[in-house]
Amino acid sequence: MKCFYVAASPEVSVEDQRMVSSTMASEFGLPVREIRVPSIDFAYDEGRRQYRSVVVLEMLARLCPDDASKLLALTERDLFVPVLTFVYGQAQLNGRVAVFSLSRLRQEFYGFPPDREALMERAAKEALHEAGHLFGLVHCTDRTCAMSLATNVRQIDSKQASFCAPCRARLARTKGVLA
Amino acid sequence: MKNRWRILVVDDEEVMCESLAAWLREDGYLVDTAASGHQAIEKTRQVDYAIYFVDLKMPGGMDGIETMMQVRRIRPEASIIIITAYATVDTAITAMKEGAQEYIVKPCNPEEISLLVSRIVKVKNLQRENTILRKKLSRQYVVQDIVTKNARMRDILALCQEVASLRSTVLIQGESGTGKEMIARVIHNCGDRAQKPMVSVSCAALAETLLESELFGYEKGAFTGAAEQKRGKFELADSGTIFLDEIGDIPAKLQVDLLRVLQERSFYRVGGSQEVRVDVRVIAASHVNLQQAVSEGKFREDLYYRLNVIEIRIPPLRERREDVPLLARHFLERLSHELGKDIRDISEGALKLLMDYNWPGNVRELENSIERAIVTCKNHELTEDSFAFLALNGGVGRVWAPPAGMSLQEMEKVLIVSTLQRTNGNIKESAGILGIDRSTLYEKIKRYEIPR
Repeated sequence: MKCFYVAASPEVSVEDQRMVSSTMASEFGLPVREIRVPSIDFAYDEGRRQYRSVVVLEMLARLCPDDASKLLALTERDLFVPVLTFVYGQAQLNGRVAVFSLSRLRQEFYGFPPDREALMERAAKEALHEAGHLFGLVHCTDRTCAMSLATNVRQIDSKQASFCAPCRARLARTKGVLA
Repeated sequence: MKNRWRILVVDDEEVMCESLAAWLREDGYLVDTAASGHQAIEKTRQVDYAIYFVDLKMPGGMDGIETMMQVRRIRPEASIIIITAYATVDTAITAMKEGAQEYIVKPCNPEEISLLVSRIVKVKNLQRENTILRKKLSRQYVVQDIVTKNARMRDILALCQEVASLRSTVLIQGESGTGKEMIARVIHNCGDRAQKPMVSVSCAALAETLLESELFGYEKGAFTGAAEQKRGKFELADSGTIFLDEIGDIPAKLQVDLLRVLQERSFYRVGGSQEVRVDVRVIAASHVNLQQAVSEGKFREDLYYRLNVIEIRIPPLRERREDVPLLARHFLERLSHELGKDIRDISEGALKLLMDYNWPGNVRELENSIERAIVTCKNHELTEDSFAFLALNGGVGRVWAPPAGMSLQEMEKVLIVSTLQRTNGNIKESAGILGIDRSTLYEKIKRYEIPR
């Protein structure tokens, strides 16, 4: 049976990776495996001082194990796509690989003291959000659903670390998910 | 709702194009990409995109502004957002002047772009809803204008909507004043020719030669007084509908010409040698029984069958008396407003009187009677007195005499048939009106072989 992979680049702590994999396991009811992936420094853009998420996805697609149904990677690096100032994460819609960054989920990014609890909560929501895209879900209009679009941390904080009933129903129709 | 809208992202930089497209897809939109202005125009001809993101600077002789101008020519209703990395006031002004809905500088904040798209989509949803409602309104208006709760009339209205988008000829038969032209308008307005003209011609009103030139037009010099070429009603109704009222009154020669138009969809103007081709839906109406006219040799049989592809028989008002109060109130409301009179109601007694009247002139006569009553009314309600003129017409309380030489059995059969028609075949109601048991009525229906 194929597994859901939770990958992490070298700078991500093992605890953070573990937290994300346990969220995936409990939410989707799928066997979850963890792997470490190489640094994404190659994706650094001098002009933007950020990391190009598109090329990171390309790397993940190459590294994705054969027994992986989906692979969700986490990084500490700040990601962007050319047209936007930043992205929290990016996924191949209904595809195999996704990535999200812990960088802007940290209180430190905004000049506040570290708050591990807030970070873990936000990370769980973002992980669910990008995984939802991997399973074909698009943005949800229910602002409390994990699939709602968040463009700032306030919006992330106001949503739940779970899917709304319609999104759950859509996931349930995806074979092997929420079984 | 939002995922129904299609978006085209136009940018020569693939990564730019694809990353914006991917981000919009996550938001649920159907997104395509184009690598140049030329490709964007090609795709625009094939797909109806609602929103465009167009990069300002593109190589290949077609920049964002030029692309936008060409897109707007093909899809004037599309919303176009110009994206640029090098914002200047001049380019922003040019973009907005040429019709860009928004102008954004990349990289832009995800929040900004998300709000921008949702605002455009909100307006587009409202515009679409408005268009749908307008369409619904115009359709329902014409159907609602036929005020009825009669089952036969409802069947007719359902049939009208069913056949509205076909090109088949319709023959509407019914007594004078039953609303044949209104039914024709319902058919025209509910179909895909609704935006095209509906031209009405009363065939009874004109002499043979006049009718011919009225229908088919004439060439300059075709006859004395034909100073210039004139197009006929068939040409005026091209791609729309022609309504030929009182078709039973057209002379024999014109019946042949009409048959040719129906068969060939072409004709010659009076005095002309050039064939004129038209795409016209023909709706004909007659107050005389055309089948009878055919058997009497007054109407061509082949023309009758050409016209009678879809047949609609409108019942006279006396056979749908349940509609009289509805129609009376409808006309009261409309006419008191049009005539500037403050008349709010119609009394029960007046309604009963109207129900009992025979209405030989059908709905038109009822409308005229209401108008007359409103004009002469001195207070805020129409009463029995307002309709005293109807008694003078002999419609109410008239001493009715059966045709001479009719046997009692024939009389009984006629009475049963007309009662069944009035009640739409309701046995219980008919038996009640006739004052007999249901079993007796069944027996008589069987004995007289009355079709049900």
